[in-house]
Amino acid sequence: MDNIAGTKSSLTWAVQISVVLLVVLWLIPTVGLLVSSFRDRDQISASGWWLSPFAVEQNFQASIPAEEARKDGEFFVIEGNIFAGGEGEVIRFGGARSAPTAYAPGETADLRRDRTLVVQANGDFVYKNPQEIKRDPNIYYSSSTPPEFSLGNYRTILFSNGMDVAFINTFTVTIPATIIPILIAAFAAYALAWMDFKGRGFLIAMVVGLLVVPLQLALVPLLQLHNKVGIGQSFLGIWLAHTGFGLPLAIYLLRNYMVGLPRDIIESAKVDGATDFQVFTKIVLPLSFPALASFAIFQFLWVWNDLLVAKVFLPSNSESWVMTVKIADDLLGSRGGDWGILAGAAFISIAVPLAVFFTMQRYLVRGLLAGSVK
Amino acid sequence: MSPLVQGLLTIFIGVGGCVGYFFLSNLILDKVIFPARAENPGLNINRANLVRPWLFLFPAMAALGLYLVYPVVGSFWRSLYNRSGDEFIGFGNYATMFSDDGFQVALFNNFLWVLIVPASATFLGLLVAQLTDRLKWGNIAKSLIFMPMAISFVGASLIWKFVYANNADIGLINALRDFFGAEEPLDVLQVRFWNNFFLMFILIWIQTGFAMVILSAALRGIPEETVEAAIIDGANPFQVFFKIKVPQIMGTIVVVWTTITILVLKVFDIVYTMTGGNFGTEILPSYMMSYMFRDDGRATAVAFVIMIIVLPVMIWNIRQARAEMR
Repeated sequence: MDNIAGTKSSLTWAVQISVVLLVVLWLIPTVGLLVSSFRDRDQISASGWWLSPFAVEQNFQASIPAEEARKDGEFFVIEGNIFAGGEGEVIRFGGARSAPTAYAPGETADLRRDRTLVVQANGDFVYKNPQEIKRDPNIYYSSSTPPEFSLGNYRTILFSNGMDVAFINTFTVTIPATIIPILIAAFAAYALAWMDFKGRGFLIAMVVGLLVVPLQLALVPLLQLHNKVGIGQSFLGIWLAHTGFGLPLAIYLLRNYMVGLPRDIIESAKVDGATDFQVFTKIVLPLSFPALASFAIFQFLWVWNDLLVAKVFLPSNSESWVMTVKIADDLLGSRGGDWGILAGAAFISIAVPLAVFFTMQRYLVRGLLAGSVK
Repeated sequence: MSPLVQGLLTIFIGVGGCVGYFFLSNLILDKVIFPARAENPGLNINRANLVRPWLFLFPAMAALGLYLVYPVVGSFWRSLYNRSGDEFIGFGNYATMFSDDGFQVALFNNFLWVLIVPASATFLGLLVAQLTDRLKWGNIAKSLIFMPMAISFVGASLIWKFVYANNADIGLINALRDFFGAEEPLDVLQVRFWNNFFLMFILIWIQTGFAMVILSAALRGIPEETVEAAIIDGANPFQVFFKIKVPQIMGTIVVVWTTITILVLKVFDIVYTMTGGNFGTEILPSYMMSYMFRDDGRATAVAFVIMIIVLPVMIWNIRQARAEMR
């Protein structure tokens, strides 16, 4: 429409470019995490992930065995290959720790006390010393390691760090905490949408008000209550808590949707003798599927991603950590410097929500719109 | 019993229990208490219909009452007691809290968050919504910008920990600084005051997609005639946007703005994972968590302060809802 009056070309280009820039800016951090999760610790600290498709230059130190020395004229000589049969390419080399990359391959390095060292690009070296060689001499070199991606981080994190337990725990918390509120809310939403009774307006207003009550308020009194009735910090406790906290949005979304259903269908069913229970289960519930799906996705994402409720209502031991708690309280502390492990763990925890997000985006958007725009 | 089995059992019992409750309670109401075939069936049906809504509502209202209404009162009551909860100290917790430096920092930072995050996210969302409106690949762009919504705050924090890393070979920020000739890498999360903005950007990154989706739908809903008329009258694209479109979706902008504001007051995850509240980045929710399990009196007092900040929005929401119902 903006094009109608002929304001096309230059502005359109500006729009295209700025959208590309924004999208790239928005994606870069996540892409960085994904790429890093496939690189090992040394690679991550050797070069940025944005250089990961290229070979990495790293410094190495090789010790050559003194007992292989043979007498050649007036020198003791050691010959061999620093890669010891492996592959590699020497970029620079040196014979002293203070100058590990002083010489180019093929050059002769004159070291202290008349010793010399030559290293070829393929790793062949010749070391000459006028005195007898007693200790193993060191060769310093820089070599490029080809780009390498592996699943090592995922293997470590899943099989030796207890992330598998956390993953299962997250599932265990999420599924009941998604299904049960839907069921309870659906009945309440039907009553608030299609049944006439005193106090309906007040209840709707209350639900709207409860939508914004900060969760923080609920933590202390409810934990005390759970302790008193014997639930304590347990899975049962967190299911109940998530059910309670999810209900206002569930009732609100579902009621908004159910109110919009055509009155004729419901009234003609009632005229034909259907009870409210039948109208609800046979007509309203199937018709409300899109709204049910929207809320299910919301609640799933919310519970899966939650840290606060899990920290408070689940016991704080490694058997019952969910992934968010595991990452925030355990890995960031004990593995703080191990970026590869952290990236792998983060990606395991966001993989499921991302899959849900991209397959069910339609319903998510619809739910958002029903929740805020009328 | 493994938690997984326990979970399956809970689904079974929970779902079965709910269905059973609704089915049986309706059955009992219709067949036993007010059967439609007694002396006066009409009266009985009417009576049953008076009771039925409450059968439908009971589980939800009980859960809401217990998990959201009771805590408001319970928290306030608890905040009037001392740390161990056995001595009534009136507003003592509030008094010590307000004179605590940590709380003042948290309050000030929270004020910054509330000011900046909703404004930036709404503005960026509106910008993206408008820019992608006529693009052929607009939906792909929107879906990518919307993506962070699916990521947990903890996950997002980790993602940004990489970007902010104090090492030119890991963090993009320091790599850029290095590229432009900076000598030493800088830990941006330890730069006083400005580190707050780096943390806020994470939440803006997440919430822009939300604002964009809703505002994009609102832009689509604008009657085309108004825009056409403006163009015919010679308005340039910027005038069309600011003088025709924005005023028409002002209501939606306010809704998005307040929704994000409420969210800002709840999110403790980002500060907790990124800095643990150190280096002057504490905000109220994270300040509260640092007292949780240690001093419940103080923790509930902080929670109640958050509640009071939210209160105006709550009242406004309720009034909107009531106005709509009429």
